[in-house]
Amino acid sequence: MNVLIDNFHTFAQGFLGTVELTVYASVLALVLGFLMASFRVAPVGSLRAFGTVWVTVLRNTPLTLLFFAVLLGLPRFGLVLPFKVFAVLALGCYTSAFICEALRSGINTVPKGQGEAARSLGMTFSQTLSVVVLPQAFRSVIPPIGSTLIALAKNSAIAGAFSVNELLGTYKTLSELGYNIVWTFVWIAVGYLIITLTISAIFNYLEQRWGVAR
Amino acid sequence: MTATAPESTALYDVPGPRTRQRHRLYAAVSTALILALVGWILYLLFDTDQFTYTKWMPFEYKGIQELLLRGLGNTLKAFAMAAVLSLALGTVLATGRLSDHRPVRWVSALVVEFFRAMPVLVMIFFIFVALKVQPLPALVAGLTLYNGSVLAEVFRSGVNSVERGQREAAFALGMRKTQVMTYVLVPQAVRAMLPAIISQLVVALKDTSLGYLITYEEFLHAGKLIASNLDYDLPFIPVVMVISPIYIGMCMLLSWFAQWVSRREQRSPKTEAVHVAPAEPGTLLPGGGPPTAPRL
Repeated sequence: MNVLIDNFHTFAQGFLGTVELTVYASVLALVLGFLMASFRVAPVGSLRAFGTVWVTVLRNTPLTLLFFAVLLGLPRFGLVLPFKVFAVLALGCYTSAFICEALRSGINTVPKGQGEAARSLGMTFSQTLSVVVLPQAFRSVIPPIGSTLIALAKNSAIAGAFSVNELLGTYKTLSELGYNIVWTFVWIAVGYLIITLTISAIFNYLEQRWGVAR
Repeated sequence: MTATAPESTALYDVPGPRTRQRHRLYAAVSTALILALVGWILYLLFDTDQFTYTKWMPFEYKGIQELLLRGLGNTLKAFAMAAVLSLALGTVLATGRLSDHRPVRWVSALVVEFFRAMPVLVMIFFIFVALKVQPLPALVAGLTLYNGSVLAEVFRSGVNSVERGQREAAFALGMRKTQVMTYVLVPQAVRAMLPAIISQLVVALKDTSLGYLITYEEFLHAGKLIASNLDYDLPFIPVVMVISPIYIGMCMLLSWFAQWVSRREQRSPKTEAVHVAPAEPGTLLPGGGPPTAPRL
């Protein structure tokens, strides 16, 4: 218990660091994921190919390798940014591949007849998309997106090992100060549980509000 | 999984001649943009002298090649150990969760939920730093705890996905629960859940690279040693260009194998309509969405 009280400031900073990473990377992942999903269902072949390559490569890249390439490799390009920005980039791009697949499968869960019916009523493409298809797709992808973002929060731990200030990294400071390492990890674990449970609660609520009963 | 024709979704009609012409215009513009992007990256690579001889020279040396091969070997070793142990742990935990005894069920559920909700790296660091275990066993133990728990969920949902009648018929024949499981349910479940199991093994393979962070001498670690060598002018980018295709290639092969198995299973009349989704990574969400849960 002492570990937490004596070092509340360190823990709080690490916790906020993780939350910050998670939030920024989530936004990036959602934006990129949406873009890639629209590429993958686009009628234009080259965009579909680009989306497919993006998803296939990123889904099969170990995240540690991606962090290595982005945090240590990109500066060799003459691109020097704060480590935190690099970490957000790596996490966001990696997660976007999973978000993209979730969204795409959501679009595929909408029966083909829905779109046909909308067109037969004379709706334009944008009407079909925004009034009929997307609202249904959106509701069925809430749970997979929730679990993807939880995984993102957990994956952000890797950033700590690349000396970005976040929750897991706090163990280094505290072990140098000579605190009990086991208790330090207990509080780190509690911190991660708080974050994942919060995301899960938010998505549970969203699912109850908007989920579809099929 | 490949780029499917857009008319298979609810989004588009089959395009007419004018739309096709418009699409050709879009295609030309987007191809040009993508090529420009690739060209810009190539320009950056050349501009920052990534292709100079000194940076690629290390890969000619036998010692360096051996270092990389040893690293790759260590990666595969950790993966093999983690895969076997996770399957074993998954079996134990799934058996526990399907047990008739309430305390056993509770304990297994608690273990499964806890380890799925924790970042793998936290477990690995805990074992490595707090329990002062050597890097390889620490890495394998961490991977086993996480992937074993996820696999336990896969096994459980696989067994539950077997039609109810099978279980009832077996009980009606007077089989014991163990017999029902081993003779009737598990053999059918394995076929349905094989793709999900292989997908989870891809996760384990990807996560072996976490060993780099606890100084386990695996593939990425070997790369880092070469990359940070001043004699070769810090060849970070060349190392990334050599290492990533191998890593990504290994994972892709395994992913394709999973897809191949899954397509074959879908055609098989014996597993008709049974689909076991890959377990979600510690979601704590009840229910679950469409059968494309992410594997990260």
